[in-house]
Amino acid sequence: MLGYAGKILEVDLSAEKVQTTIQREEVLKEFIGGRGLATKILWDRLGEKWETINPIGEENLLLFLTGPLTGYFPGGRICVSGKSPQSNGVIGSTIAGEFPVELKCAGYDGIIVSGKADEPVYLFIADAEIQILSARHIWGKNGKQTVRVLTKEGRELLKQLFLGRGEPKEPAIIYIGPAGENLVRTAAVMGKWTHAAGYGGYGAVMGSKNLKAVVVKGSSALPEVYNVEEVKHLIDDVCKKCYESVDFRRWGTSSAGYNVGAERSAEPIKNWQEEWHDEESFKVEEFEKRLWIKKAWGDFGCPTTCLKMAMVKTGQFKGAIGDNPDYELQAYVGTNLGVFTPEANVYLASLMDDLGLCGIQTGNVLGFAGELYQRRILTNEDLDGLKLEWGNAEAFAELAKKIAHRQGLGDVLAEGTFRAAIKLSKLKGLDVLRFAVHVKAVAIGAHGIRSGKDYPMEMSYACSVQAGDHTSVAYLPLTHSASELTVIFHDSAVYCWFNAFGQPQDLKWKFYKAVTGVELTPKEWYETKALRIIQLQRAMLLLGGPDFRWNPRLHDENPLRFYEPLPSGPWKGKAVDKKRFEELRKKYYEAVGWDENGIPKPEVLKRLGLADVDEVLDRLRRNA
Amino acid sequence: MLSSEKNKKLWIARDYGKCSGCRRCEVACSLYHENKIWPEASRIRVFMLVPGVEFPHFCVQCQDYPCVDVCPVNALSINQIGAVTLDKEACIGCGKCIDACPGRVPHLHPEENYVLICDLCDGSPQCVKVCQEGGWKALSKVDRKENVDYREHAKTPEVITRELALVFYGEKAEELIPC
Repeated sequence: MLGYAGKILEVDLSAEKVQTTIQREEVLKEFIGGRGLATKILWDRLGEKWETINPIGEENLLLFLTGPLTGYFPGGRICVSGKSPQSNGVIGSTIAGEFPVELKCAGYDGIIVSGKADEPVYLFIADAEIQILSARHIWGKNGKQTVRVLTKEGRELLKQLFLGRGEPKEPAIIYIGPAGENLVRTAAVMGKWTHAAGYGGYGAVMGSKNLKAVVVKGSSALPEVYNVEEVKHLIDDVCKKCYESVDFRRWGTSSAGYNVGAERSAEPIKNWQEEWHDEESFKVEEFEKRLWIKKAWGDFGCPTTCLKMAMVKTGQFKGAIGDNPDYELQAYVGTNLGVFTPEANVYLASLMDDLGLCGIQTGNVLGFAGELYQRRILTNEDLDGLKLEWGNAEAFAELAKKIAHRQGLGDVLAEGTFRAAIKLSKLKGLDVLRFAVHVKAVAIGAHGIRSGKDYPMEMSYACSVQAGDHTSVAYLPLTHSASELTVIFHDSAVYCWFNAFGQPQDLKWKFYKAVTGVELTPKEWYETKALRIIQLQRAMLLLGGPDFRWNPRLHDENPLRFYEPLPSGPWKGKAVDKKRFEELRKKYYEAVGWDENGIPKPEVLKRLGLADVDEVLDRLRRNA
Repeated sequence: MLSSEKNKKLWIARDYGKCSGCRRCEVACSLYHENKIWPEASRIRVFMLVPGVEFPHFCVQCQDYPCVDVCPVNALSINQIGAVTLDKEACIGCGKCIDACPGRVPHLHPEENYVLICDLCDGSPQCVKVCQEGGWKALSKVDRKENVDYREHAKTPEVITRELALVFYGEKAEELIPC
């Protein structure tokens, strides 16, 4: 099919076998690529035994899938997936960079990794040349050192393979840090130094396969498209629109570190005990003038280049290098830990990257520990002497290292907020789950819903098939640009949807047609294709296991904290209205085709051609 | 464009520190020359040996054109705007021009047996166009002057990386550079 490389690379690390497979055109038309295709592949291969699959066991699959628009739609990304060690469902987690473009140019739309290597390895791909190489020498290394070694080795291999062809560019690399190696459930799959597929915990899945990195170089062109002149025009249209976003290009998401707190009162502060601050010290200008050494940084084909490179040049955090940080990390390893100085924030964000930790998930569990310390539930003794006071960046940094290496209390916190809360409730003999701000074991993104002034609706996280993932929320109407069903298109065609902001709604369908030659109408998408992907994700989320399974009646729910009134700020006293939430949840169930217990309805599944899913879900319906 | 304008010698000034790493120049170059998005066939290539230290690597049109001199089959020549042009049919892909280039800039086409060198797009460099449109301005079109040492700009990716990494990362640079 046009727009696709046409092959998927399948790597069985147990057998050390590599082969290529072909996805049927009918499947690609229905599931597109990325998140959609991952959902289909996971259901077909693991669906029958889903509840028994250990996400960090040998039987899980790790998927890296591009989509047909990857490389063409400005801003290249790739979708990482598998059974999530956080939700026990499927999460499509995307990461930016040149990796997806190199992969497509090497001739592959994606990689499916199965099994487990006997010892640490990395995968080297240069067109048809595939090698499984030892990663013993980089096991344990942090992000920056991993990138350094693999860039050098990769170029040396390319010099041999493409002898006499000139200076090889570096191959693209995705990898895990120490956290992934140590099967930390909040570990991310990393790219460059600062890029992460964070949601889902796929760093741990990669680690469980003993796979340190994937290194790829492709020398062909991106696949042929249906109408290259139209593609050129559409690229220009997208870029021109993006160039109009002057503020976003200048500040990235970093202006939100102040705005989401001060203006919208929806920023996590001290483990969500508050959502409002007006700390001038956390204004983006402070980051820009004090720390940004590169003010426009971007990935393949991106007109927006919303990233910035920051480096601390003086003081106690001297030498820390990271990105902006973006809003999520400003919040989660900033305000959420009571940290309000740009230098400490960059230091902590940079540490998350170096360790290969998801800043959102880990910032959430660090904040959770901080609150338990504040409440004297966790003591200095529990923490090996760490004084985990709000704003003490060095103490939180030490705890992050313990998490990445599973040392001391870090071993418990490495399970993520929800699982750690269950363990600590048992250890301490009191319920600490009420301080865990998560939905279905996925810590929620840094966008609160109590003030009602930020984007999600009251059921946004509770009903999302990606749970706490703020990039994929339940929204009504289903056809809204913020709806999970729209996001599924972005994450299945796989491109950066920051570049889709403000574009005409029909642009994505036009782009899809220009690349693949296939007509896709919004009606087809929202009423059939996206809805089918949602049902599959929902089914696997509800099947869950082996350690936890979600009951929609209990778990399609907000974190308890969101029912506590905001203690400060312009919307002091506001909380989520339980009745309104329940009404919205009911409406959402109806819109998306789920019964009153939140289980996809038989007639909906049958209409979508998912009779096999219906059969499996029958078990859940009887139990409900 | 006036014919006098068309024959004017030009040069692409480069300010590597402003490169965002977006690679829109690679997209534009390969679409112009190959009608495909094809980073490896782009005459301008963005290197990233150290994250954050991205820069475009492409021909500087040395005043003495050592690549042209060394070509054993006279496949390379210099046109009226100062660009190196290639006779694809004549090129044997021997790579002598790569070795002669002080910046090791030329590289072979990934699928054909000829070398890729920037031809300045007949006077309207597409890379400059997108870089300017996007406001990064790492690349700018300027008049080519007499008595300027353009050759000094021809540097290998390793040399440019080291210089830029020092600017960005200071004393921390050495531990980040692949060596």
